[in-house]
Amino acid sequence: MPKLTINGKEIEVPAGTNLIEAARRVGVEIPHYCYHPGLSIAGQCRLCMVDIEKAPRPTIACNTQAVDGMVVWTETDRVKETRRSVMEFHLINHPLDCPVCDQAGECWLQIYYMKHGLYDPRMTDEKVHKPKAVPLGPHVMLDAERCILCSRCVRFCDEITRTGELGIFNRGDHSQIGLFPGTELANKYSANVVDICPVGALTDRDFRFQVRVWYLDSTKSICPGCARGCNIEVHTNRRRPHHAEGRRVARLKPRPNPDVNGWWICDAGRYGYGAVDDKSRLLAPSRREGGAVTDATWDEAIAAVAGVLARVAPDEVGVVASPQMANEDLFALRRVLERRGIRRVGFRVPPRAPGDEDDFLIRADKHPNSLGASLLGLDGDVAAILAAARAGQVKCLWVFGHDLLASGWPETDVDRALQATELVVFTGPNANATSERAQWVLPAAAWVERDGTYTNCAGRVQRFRQAADPLGRALPEWDILGRVLVALGAPAAPPRAERWFGELATAVPAFAGLSYRSIGDVGQPTATGAA
Amino acid sequence: MTGERILMRNFDLPDSHTLAVYRKAGGYAAWEKARAMEPAAITEEVKQSNLRGLGGAGFPTGTKWSFIPKGHTGPVYLVINADEGEPGTFKDRYLLERDPHALIEGMLIAARAIRSSLGFVYIRGEYIEPWRRFSEAVREAYEAGYLGQGFDVVVHRGAGAYICGEETGLISSLEGKKGWPKVKPPFPAIKGAFGMPTIVNNVETISHVPHIIARGGAWFASLGTKTQGGTRMFSVSGRVTRPGVYEASVAITLRQLIDDLAGGVSGNGRLKAVVPGGSSAPILRADEVDVTMDVDGLRNAGTMAGSAGVVVMDETVSIPEALMVVARFYAHESCGQCTPCRESTGWIYKMVHRIVDGHGRKEDLDTILDVAKRGAGTTICAFYDGAVGPYISYIEKFRNEFEELIAK
Repeated sequence: MPKLTINGKEIEVPAGTNLIEAARRVGVEIPHYCYHPGLSIAGQCRLCMVDIEKAPRPTIACNTQAVDGMVVWTETDRVKETRRSVMEFHLINHPLDCPVCDQAGECWLQIYYMKHGLYDPRMTDEKVHKPKAVPLGPHVMLDAERCILCSRCVRFCDEITRTGELGIFNRGDHSQIGLFPGTELANKYSANVVDICPVGALTDRDFRFQVRVWYLDSTKSICPGCARGCNIEVHTNRRRPHHAEGRRVARLKPRPNPDVNGWWICDAGRYGYGAVDDKSRLLAPSRREGGAVTDATWDEAIAAVAGVLARVAPDEVGVVASPQMANEDLFALRRVLERRGIRRVGFRVPPRAPGDEDDFLIRADKHPNSLGASLLGLDGDVAAILAAARAGQVKCLWVFGHDLLASGWPETDVDRALQATELVVFTGPNANATSERAQWVLPAAAWVERDGTYTNCAGRVQRFRQAADPLGRALPEWDILGRVLVALGAPAAPPRAERWFGELATAVPAFAGLSYRSIGDVGQPTATGAA
Repeated sequence: MTGERILMRNFDLPDSHTLAVYRKAGGYAAWEKARAMEPAAITEEVKQSNLRGLGGAGFPTGTKWSFIPKGHTGPVYLVINADEGEPGTFKDRYLLERDPHALIEGMLIAARAIRSSLGFVYIRGEYIEPWRRFSEAVREAYEAGYLGQGFDVVVHRGAGAYICGEETGLISSLEGKKGWPKVKPPFPAIKGAFGMPTIVNNVETISHVPHIIARGGAWFASLGTKTQGGTRMFSVSGRVTRPGVYEASVAITLRQLIDDLAGGVSGNGRLKAVVPGGSSAPILRADEVDVTMDVDGLRNAGTMAGSAGVVVMDETVSIPEALMVVARFYAHESCGQCTPCRESTGWIYKMVHRIVDGHGRKEDLDTILDVAKRGAGTTICAFYDGAVGPYISYIEKFRNEFEELIAK
């Protein structure tokens, strides 16, 4: 491992580490545009210049690997002058339209100009004009005038998705990003180019003009869109509720995790948060009697559901848990089942159409916690429960989240099962055809409205955090189930998700030794690993 | 000072481009000799000859060959740069048209030295006739069994971008990509075309190789200066009596070249300035032409030998207008990859254009000089440094002409 000195600080780095990454390790930030750790080296922006002792002139840090004994200086007068020059070159043809640019506030031209530029502009001639507001695909809008031609987006489409839709056309200061004829930027990961675009050239058609980025809060989370469990940030708009038509979740952004998703997420996951602020959200516990639906208090709802569970023989209760539920919820459910000796439980409901999958991030299993549900021992046969219901053997059916009527099973079969069941209870964040059939509906908080953990397809337990308050009177499932547990006679239930996880880790060997603290931001493998 | 013609010795023979005439003039004898030599001995001979790259950079050829990694077992490629695009340069087209077999023979020898079994010849797209002649020569060489017996040649035509004459831009283009120069390291000799060790040499450089092998490195070295052997072909254009290509020792002075070979400044004109090595070479004033034309001689004079494209200007030439033409060229040809080059070539052209148009401002000249100096040395390839040569030298040496335009 080469040992080098950066700004007087000695550091040892793995062979092959470039100077940008080596400097990062000693807390030195080398400004750069074209370099991205997930992409090949382009060496084009020329901003990451550093001085290396014995080199005749500043060198780009991105394409320089750390060598034993190397002495690097990142803040010499010469380096600072070069940076200032390169910043000037980057900006002479830039439209400087920050007030109307969506990137403002998170734009690396702004940030680096303030840090490393601060020159007096000398460019007085007409700037080069290029196409503006060009849709590249369903999610991405191009403003070629703002583009600094770092080629990150081109390399992303060449190297990560290998779809190659983008190229740089023309030469010199007329160079511009564009689509190859006959293509559109519609690959399954297309919007990642917006994230890696350091400027306002590529903006998100879903997000642009909705809310200024400085009004957003960021919360670490996990994408619930499939079993991969990509690490994400949830950006919420609490401070400008009148913007973006009241959407609280403004956007999702990938959060780097080399063990899970690298720097990327798929478009399906990125735009899959619509249900959170959807009209279908269930806002209050409700009871259906005859054709009438009336809201109830939580106390009434819990008492009613617990009363049924206490009254009905355990063999006559069926539970369809959901792999959308967090480990904490599923463990709370297990406690309820154990207390009553209920054995008819499962969570796998076949989708009507098989989920798409690829060899990169997207998994066919569109649930974030199937493995967690399985490790918690809830992997029973749901089809058998429904068959028993049709045979009149189930008096109470508690469905979590699923729309059984929209599943891969014949609708008539499901319908008959629901018909034949005396009491259907539904718990989930959103209404669906199945919830419409329930006598009791217990509204659950959406994943962004609560804390919890998912166990991804590789057996990695990952935390997601509360980014917004639950809508209406919705509660996290662990809370609903904890209340039921108490109503069934348990002395108390854990008051927070973290405490539920603590109990889970004590009780379930696969989770032994794990805690919220040890899981941290990047997750931790279960003891058993992948199932 | 004209001496013996080596590269051009066959140019006046009828059908000099044919195999029959080439062989009759002693062609392919050097290849027969080289076949019996160890590869390292060939490289050694070329090192002794002090042959330096004649495409522009002037790098010692034998040294370049010796950069091929010793333990490498996969393919090694020999790439001939026939993209001759430097404004004021037109020597390689003569070699391709009039003595294409000299290049093929040189390639055979060079390929043996670097253990390459496949060579590419990247010919400038506009060079239709040179391409036809050379392709025909390749066909003849295959028929005669020179090619296809352990060494093959692929002829590739460029599409007209100046940057594709830069060695790594050429490699990118050859690979089917946009002709963007590559970040170095890795250098082509380590990882070049298609990821394999690659030597890129100019047409004229390789055309010298048969003579070096036939007559010895020491002989070749004796033709030039201490640090550069042999002759080279000078493309002389502009206000001279007899423009054209002249072969002479690299030790010839610029004045001898203009006066003795090209017949002096044409008409009644008086010499004003000379660009000695293609458009990227800093300009020389009339009082600076007593300089030898070898790589180091011109470097010491603050300019460069480049591709030996000599552009002669007399008193009727407006230097600001000349710079505008040059600046337009660099703005048009910048590949657009590196920010300093992409942005400032266009900016500087706008400023020079404005000055020539009579809308110059007094701060423009200092801005151009400052911008040029700030960008110099900050880019992937030498293109921008080549543009900076004229930007700075034209203004610094003829500042009064620019100031007069601005004052108007």
